[in-house]
Amino acid sequence: MHHFLEPHKYPGKLFIVEGIDGSGKSTQVQLLKKWLESKGMSVFFTEWNSSDLVKETTKEGKKKKILTPTTFSLLHASDLSSRLYNYIVPPLKAGMVVLADRYVYTAFARDVVRGVHPQWVRKLYNFAVRPDVGFYFRVPLDTAIDRILRARSKIKYYEAGMDIKLSTNIVESFRLFQGKILKEYDGLVKEYGLSVVDATLEIDEQQEIVRGIIEKALEGYSVKRRTYVRRQKVLRRGTAVPTS
Amino acid sequence: MSADKKYFGEGLPYRPLNRLKGKLIAIEGTDGVGRTTQIELLKDWIELKGHAVLETGWTRSNLMSRAIQSAKMGNTVDRLTFSLLYATDFADRLENQIMPALEAGFIVLADRYIYTAFARDWMREGDRKWIVDAFGFAIVPDLVCYLSVDIDTLIPRVIESGGMDYWESGGDLHLGEDLYDNFRKYQGRMIREFDAMSEEYHFEKIDARVSVDEIQQQLRSKIEPHLVKEVAKKPKIETPPSL
Repeated sequence: MHHFLEPHKYPGKLFIVEGIDGSGKSTQVQLLKKWLESKGMSVFFTEWNSSDLVKETTKEGKKKKILTPTTFSLLHASDLSSRLYNYIVPPLKAGMVVLADRYVYTAFARDVVRGVHPQWVRKLYNFAVRPDVGFYFRVPLDTAIDRILRARSKIKYYEAGMDIKLSTNIVESFRLFQGKILKEYDGLVKEYGLSVVDATLEIDEQQEIVRGIIEKALEGYSVKRRTYVRRQKVLRRGTAVPTS
Repeated sequence: MSADKKYFGEGLPYRPLNRLKGKLIAIEGTDGVGRTTQIELLKDWIELKGHAVLETGWTRSNLMSRAIQSAKMGNTVDRLTFSLLYATDFADRLENQIMPALEAGFIVLADRYIYTAFARDWMREGDRKWIVDAFGFAIVPDLVCYLSVDIDTLIPRVIESGGMDYWESGGDLHLGEDLYDNFRKYQGRMIREFDAMSEEYHFEKIDARVSVDEIQQQLRSKIEPHLVKEVAKKPKIETPPSL
């Protein structure tokens, strides 16, 4: 098992992005992926709460509104555990780059605001692989809310933290909930040495900062090349022909 | 016998324990030792004494039972993830069944408790402390009865009552050459883990090598002192407060 506070020993690299909804982190991670791939690297991308194992259960729990702060937290931990085993650790062992959109810090911020014990959730996630770089896209609350309200027709119940009853108005609840999460993230930046990116900058300016930090983190990393062609079939007499 | 409930670790900060007036009794022991039979008998006995009983069992939560079933069908779920699925199942039952029942003054009979999760998690390579920390939100039971049996008594009992199961044999761990070998090694290790926990977590050890009736008598004598008057009776008679 991993110990989250210790660096991992795999030949690959794990880079993660964090931030509240509307911080633009997903855009940045996609641009980063493209850039790394253009440099010939083999990159694997994974998202928070995306494993087949618990996705349906979480969806149903949300729909029926039966999730408690603790079951919500444990379901997300199960999801990460399953993704580590199936999708994250294998590429890291194979020396690849793994990019994760949200990681344990989402739980440390969000679940604590929901009411779970800060120490409990940190110990719970001790199985997680420590990222090589963790980015935090810091954005003022109003900017994030504007972006969210413009991009979507509706804010969801759990996303707005309606389950912890901050307000009966969903937009107001969302504002209060995300505001509390922002505070938690600020603490996490210091606690875990996250790299802060000012998410009010232009997209390309942010990306430049991100690439600069990644470039440094990749010093001494031996690139696992992407395979552009399929493996060659070796014929009996030793001549190789490329498969179409 | 402690009157007040305690959290096992950090607990649930959003749920204070002061209103839990019922009793939480956990029945622990390895697979096939006869827990379910004993709990049915206990339930009848306790209800006849006038107390309301809630029975709760491993993987029986509304939220998780289906996900765990399907996880067992496939073979892509690792032990760590299983431990987390069990913890989620337990949390759902704790908050949505066990705590409300304790608030209402029920006697809660838990078929397996967090100690089963500990023993199972310890079968994989890893940090032994992690699973204990993960269950820090649990409530310490008022009483843990541990049905203790040796592997040679257990095996014929399991074979007679339907045979050995892949998961109960730790099939994923490949400890032996066949189902029998796996079962013997796996359950042997589980028994050793339960024995080792017995002292640390103050289990009441019940000799489960004897007949169903004799086991039941031992259990009743351990449980009887916990069935005191603060527990809700069925039907409940309210005494008016004296003026």
